[in-house]
Amino acid sequence: MTDPSALASPAPPRRSLSFAWLGVVPFLAFALLFLILPTLQIITGAFRNPAGEFTLENIANLFQPSIMSAYWISIRISFASAFLGCLIGFLMAVAITIGGLPVWLRSPLLTFSGVASNFAGVPLAFAFLATFGRLGLVTLILRDWFGINIYGMGFNILSFSGLTLTYLFFQIPLMILIVTPALDGLKREWGEAAAILGASRFQYWRMVALPILWPTLLGTFALLFANAFGAVATAYALTGSSLSIVPILLFAQIRGDVLQDPHLGYALAFGMIVITGIANFVYIWLRGRAERWIK
Amino acid sequence: MKANRFWSWAFLILGIAYFVLPLLGTVEFSLKMRRGEYSLDAYWAVLADPRFQATFGYSVMMAVATIIAGVVLIVPTAYWIRLKLPHWRPFIEFVTLLPLVIPPIVIVFGYIRLYNTSSWLPLTGTAAGTNLLLMFGYMTLSLPYMYRAVDTGLRAIDVATLTEAAESLGAGWLTIMWRVILPNVLVAVLSGAFLTFAIVIGEFVLAALLNRPAFGPYLQLIGANRAYEPAALAVIAFAITWACMGLIQLVTRFQKHTMARR
Repeated sequence: MTDPSALASPAPPRRSLSFAWLGVVPFLAFALLFLILPTLQIITGAFRNPAGEFTLENIANLFQPSIMSAYWISIRISFASAFLGCLIGFLMAVAITIGGLPVWLRSPLLTFSGVASNFAGVPLAFAFLATFGRLGLVTLILRDWFGINIYGMGFNILSFSGLTLTYLFFQIPLMILIVTPALDGLKREWGEAAAILGASRFQYWRMVALPILWPTLLGTFALLFANAFGAVATAYALTGSSLSIVPILLFAQIRGDVLQDPHLGYALAFGMIVITGIANFVYIWLRGRAERWIK
Repeated sequence: MKANRFWSWAFLILGIAYFVLPLLGTVEFSLKMRRGEYSLDAYWAVLADPRFQATFGYSVMMAVATIIAGVVLIVPTAYWIRLKLPHWRPFIEFVTLLPLVIPPIVIVFGYIRLYNTSSWLPLTGTAAGTNLLLMFGYMTLSLPYMYRAVDTGLRAIDVATLTEAAESLGAGWLTIMWRVILPNVLVAVLSGAFLTFAIVIGEFVLAALLNRPAFGPYLQLIGANRAYEPAALAVIAFAITWACMGLIQLVTRFQKHTMARR
């Protein structure tokens, strides 16, 4: 469908030029207005002072202890939840694909993964508070039945370990959804060929399967990292602003609670784009490599 | 092989326990509002809250508006790219993946700076303008899923032949879109729509920062002030997500059956 207003624009000099591109004008206008320009606004804002001149001061201001520690704890939480999500998700995916389990288990688990990977945000925080909070089900069962007081042992749902535990609820399913097709792509012949050549199970995994899966695993790790790094709602609903991670700092800054300098907010957001951008490009690049083997 | 299967079961059961426990915990907690016995009091309290009805209704409206606007924008675009501009596909696909790269909080920060009351397009100046901005924001968030769903749907049909056939019967562009292309990709559109619904209904960051009375900020508010209601709300939200995913499965299965009959 062509945009009528776009058709009214002055005709290009050469009549032979195709007008086909006019059909995507509405989409490009939408992407420009609500995706690209807002992002560019943040990026250029990070390099400008209030008077509009170019400066690196905002970026330099990121290197103050309170902001650096926010980045550091964000990176640690994202790293831990991505690593554990990859590991546990991979083991579960192996179990349902080539682990010799009944076939009927597979479809419900994949459906559930689809649901759980989309069950993020505020309700997820409520669920974990109701389960691992001070009066949560698991906390009480462990205390009353087994005599284990996890809060006495230093666990707190409103902390690094608590947030990591919560993020795993959407990280593991995402890993299962991405890695299951890759595991399906491992050809049975490769295992048989390795076995005929005298390879043990361990050697098969170390020298055949893992090298093939490696780009998928690493790429998914990068995706999960970015996924956790950008998450705001779960953390905010879980901890309020008591745990100072980057998205929460930015949220408070936009709301006007902290940081007097709005351009520091741009710099904070720019830092987030850089980190999630790098992680995503690693993912896209490695996915391209992975597709060579997995068809 | 025996040992292998043992470990498979072990990992699977441990994993499932991790997923089931929070759900059980939430359900159990949501039933404990009345002292000493299980009851549905928390649910009645939530459902009777006028703010619940208002914010939930608002978010449903936003979701429906987002889906309609998204379909109107994306179906013709994806169709056009397939038909006339195949060499544009990598670029368009790249654009549709950008919302996964740029965190939503950064996008909405850009909106607030770009469309504030002193800007060239002061969308945040009025309630209607902010609603519109929020809808475009939700369209952006759902863009990767919606575009991919529609594009996969278009791959299954012969776009060029269908278009030629419709044109030779005298159909205009609107008729082709509405009566030929859309019915053929309806299943794909529906699965994209349900996913969009699941995303929009509980979304927090955009609604909170644009200051709209949506369901997500209401959830957060209740979570900060009440004890048992949040658990009930979490159960409701999980049920909605589950329903959306279930509907996606249902329509995709329906499509497989109709395809097989041809």
